[in-house]
Amino acid sequence: MKSCKGRIWKLGNDVNTDQIIPGRYLDNYSPSHLASHALEGARKDFAGAVRAGDIVLAGRNFGCGSSREQAVMALVHSGVRSVVAQSYARIFYRNAINLGLYAFSSAEAYESFEDGEVAVIDLEAGTITSEDRTRAVRLGSIPEKAQEILKYGGLVPYIKATLAKSRDG
Amino acid sequence: MEAAPDLVLSHENTYLVNRSFKQLGIERPWAPDRLVVVLDHRTPANTLQTAMVHTEIRRMVREFDIKNFFDVGEGICHDLLVEKKLAKPGQLVVGADSHTTTAGAVGAFATGVGATELAGVWATGKIWLKVPETIQIDLNGHLSPGCFAKDIALHLCSALGPSGADYKCVEFGGSYMFDVSVAGRMVLCNMATEMGAKAALVPADSTSMVWYSGVDMSGCGPVRSDPGARMSAHHEIDISKIPPMVSGPHRVEEGSSVERLEGKPVQQAFIGTCTNGRLEDLVAASWILRGRKVAPGCRLLVAPATRAVLSDALDMGVVQMIVAAGGTVLPPGCGPCLGAHEGVLAPGETCISSSNRNFRGRMGCEDAEVYLASPATVAASAVNGEVTDPRRYLHEEL
Repeated sequence: MKSCKGRIWKLGNDVNTDQIIPGRYLDNYSPSHLASHALEGARKDFAGAVRAGDIVLAGRNFGCGSSREQAVMALVHSGVRSVVAQSYARIFYRNAINLGLYAFSSAEAYESFEDGEVAVIDLEAGTITSEDRTRAVRLGSIPEKAQEILKYGGLVPYIKATLAKSRDG
Repeated sequence: MEAAPDLVLSHENTYLVNRSFKQLGIERPWAPDRLVVVLDHRTPANTLQTAMVHTEIRRMVREFDIKNFFDVGEGICHDLLVEKKLAKPGQLVVGADSHTTTAGAVGAFATGVGATELAGVWATGKIWLKVPETIQIDLNGHLSPGCFAKDIALHLCSALGPSGADYKCVEFGGSYMFDVSVAGRMVLCNMATEMGAKAALVPADSTSMVWYSGVDMSGCGPVRSDPGARMSAHHEIDISKIPPMVSGPHRVEEGSSVERLEGKPVQQAFIGTCTNGRLEDLVAASWILRGRKVAPGCRLLVAPATRAVLSDALDMGVVQMIVAAGGTVLPPGCGPCLGAHEGVLAPGETCISSSNRNFRGRMGCEDAEVYLASPATVAASAVNGEVTDPRRYLHEEL
């Protein structure tokens, strides 16, 4: 089972990309730099405490604003493998898939899970389960094309594989 | 559907695009003549890091022989696409910037993506796009004196909300299209991004075709929704009722008539950006600034969108009026909009800005406030040192 287990970081509605990674940090692309400022505009306690496998749980229109891919990079380099939001802004969603970040949609999960609790996401089955297994929510399905890209770990490995396949006939 | 873009835009994030592109193991982009690369976000370089990014992009531009490269000082990418007539009606434009929708002003389907996605386009010449549903917005009537396209845009952002046009294409129509310039259309299409739109479109008409007179239009031409096409929503708006608007703080949809905020002190007033840094914006500001002074305790920053805007504004004496009033003219580019440099706010400060985003922290400080307004409202506020209705100053000109 491909899964991630970690603490839930619960955010509100319309969290924008300036909050995920402020513009003043965009001149440096190093993973540790981006991770050290991740979510600085929304949760000051995030960058210092986030651990690999942690889950971002957001409200509506997550990632609205700029197209900056550094917003997804900052989360990925922080160890976040999956985001669950009530809904996403369009470009953020595409960036997430393209960089291999599992972006699930669910209104129910937002209601059922609280900030700070530990949960497990089954990335293939698309479910989120509380650590004590008393609560489980089926997450909205990821479109087929996006699933394919995620299977390869992102757009770059996906295109590489596709090109290799077409070369081999 | 799989689509083949006509034009592919990137700015400083070309660095990221090229980094992903290199990982694909392909030597050259599929069509370097379709790439447009502009240095505009942090120009002239604000840090050593940026300077190195700029240098690497210039090296790459030479390597791939990219003809449409615009270096420091040429202007904002979205403005250059339209001003240089690179984007044309009926084309598909993809850009690694959310405000790529701006080129919808000339009837192009223009949409923003991320850097890695653009690397995929560089490699394959193709992109997967879902054909969006369309929201029709008909703007009817004439604007009242002192009101501009920006006031309509801020009104729409408040009415539809930050995800009101999510994944959809916004198509503008109505009798206002007979009034509004290409520059004004760019304001509307630019701000559609703040409603989540995938693209925004003013179907090409006589105004846009005049814009392209003398330009080779083979392979492109006007497009619009079919008569009777099913729209996901249809809004009819009487624009004569829209007052000068101010939006903020922190949320673009937090807009209302300027009267709500009149008297609020501002320490910085900024005119510029891909939303409102064009000649007609600077001219509107100059009507108010002529013979007046920026209030003590307030800084007025003006960044012309492009070198041509700056040049025309110099010829017309507009720059002289801005400087004489006590304003500071910044080089063409994005300026302080994204909080990287050239006008970062201090804690407790308030900026009134002609830009498109007022998110908390946007101009570099989380304890500062940004309010959005038209260039005329920004100029009037600079003169008064507080949020001010531009109609107080415009009556003699109108």
